[in-house]
Amino acid sequence: MMLDIQNVHKKFNETDVLKGIDLQVEKGDVVAILGPSGSGKTTFLRCLNFLERADKGTMIFDGETFDLGAASRQEIARIRKKTAFVFQNYNLFLNKTVLQNVTLGLTVGARMNKAEARDIAETMLRKVGMADRLTSYPNQLSGGQQQRVAIARALASSPEIIYFDEPTSALDPELIGEVLAVMRQLAEDGMTMLVVTHEMDFARNVSNKVLFMEGGNVIENGPSKEFFANPTHPRTKEFIRTILESRQ
Amino acid sequence: MSERLWGILRDSFPRLLGYGVRVTIPLTVVSFALALAISVLVALIQYANVKVLRQICRFYIWIIRGTPLLVQLYLVFYGLPSVGIVLDAWPAAVLVFGFNEGAYMAETMRGALESVSTGQVEAGYCVGMNYLQIMAHVVLPQAFRTAFPALSNSLISMLKGTSMAATITVMEMFRQAQVINGRVYESLGLYSEVAVIYLAFCTILTWLQHKGEKKLASYGGTRK
Ligand SMILES: Nc1ncnc2c1ncn2[C@@H]1O[C@H](COP(=O)(O)OP(=O)(O)O)[C@@H](O)[C@H]1O
Ligand SMILES: [Mg+2]
Repeated sequence: MMLDIQNVHKKFNETDVLKGIDLQVEKGDVVAILGPSGSGKTTFLRCLNFLERADKGTMIFDGETFDLGAASRQEIARIRKKTAFVFQNYNLFLNKTVLQNVTLGLTVGARMNKAEARDIAETMLRKVGMADRLTSYPNQLSGGQQQRVAIARALASSPEIIYFDEPTSALDPELIGEVLAVMRQLAEDGMTMLVVTHEMDFARNVSNKVLFMEGGNVIENGPSKEFFANPTHPRTKEFIRTILESRQ
Repeated sequence: MSERLWGILRDSFPRLLGYGVRVTIPLTVVSFALALAISVLVALIQYANVKVLRQICRFYIWIIRGTPLLVQLYLVFYGLPSVGIVLDAWPAAVLVFGFNEGAYMAETMRGALESVSTGQVEAGYCVGMNYLQIMAHVVLPQAFRTAFPALSNSLISMLKGTSMAATITVMEMFRQAQVINGRVYESLGLYSEVAVIYLAFCTILTWLQHKGEKKLASYGGTRK
């Protein structure tokens, strides 16, 4: 197993936001993390990358065990090297061009030489269909284009897993498709992904596992086919029904 | 205009301009460099929330912003010698101008730092940069851009403010106008003349500011 996450707890000012989340991820898995707003999905992803410090929890990554609540600076750096994060609102570096957004982590963070970093960046930007906008600044791009650049930036460091936090939620409806298409392609290429999303078609057709959360607990966790075909828990049934209704 | 006044103005102009170029401008540049260094340091300490140091910075800003520049000049130049700290007029002026404007600029810089979205900092961590690298490559460049107009205003106000160094015996442009006036008694003419030279300096700075702002705007707009 590539990633084994156990018993993640997190409190914000005395409120339990995560009450013991477990998740197993195999290489190549695409896990859709579903659940109503406020259920702790974002917090869970952020804890995995130490953007938020969990109160407790264990992460076994490639056989190496990390304490999410007490990882050292070096351990955090090591974990971040193997992972990448795609944010809901892109978070591109606004003072950098498209190309620089992708190379910065390589040249500054990983001290790679410029030419090599540029090669990698151009490859990744081609993959997301943004190779013709190398010298544009983020503010000159649409939301969909910015998110695709953010995905190229995530890919650049060759992560073993990419965390996506509602990557299409900030986009105008007509721009969602282009980003989902890129993510679907990544999934087909075998990239391991954890994706918090409200896109049910993506969860149903692209992801192979679903983690359904509510109120800081895991309600269901299993193959996505089963999740959609025979949801067992009443809360899951209700969630799927509301989603389907809201789309009509 | 009388023949006499015209002659006085013509003779004094190169002299005043000379003091402007040789004293006022260097005094401004050196003081501003000090102010900029102080402001960035003070703003970063507050932005990064460094314990104790943060309190010291707030105290410094409180004192400086709550007391007049002229009083600060007098305190440092005329007051400190009585506790054994004797400074020449020039260094005293640079210190006071630098620390004074530095306090205002620190607040500008702090606001500009805080206006950079924290999401970009988080993205920086996620692509493997450390705090200092993120500050150097992402946050500070954007903060400088945001702060540029306000910092330019500080520079212009500092240039005019250096005339106060006359009160602590620095022989700068305004002091020179006073000296000439002491001989010829042409207050209106001479002080108008020195005003015109300050105006010319400030006009050039304003022009440079506009050019700088245009250049920075090529980052692709200002949307957050
Ligand atoms: N930084 C924070 N400080 C305090 N409360 C927070 C913070 N971040 C999230 N929360 C709270 O934690 C709960 C879970 O939030 P979140 O993880 O964003 O849920 P989701 O992504 O599923 O919508 C919410 O009740 C939210 O208000
Ligand atoms: Mg969320």
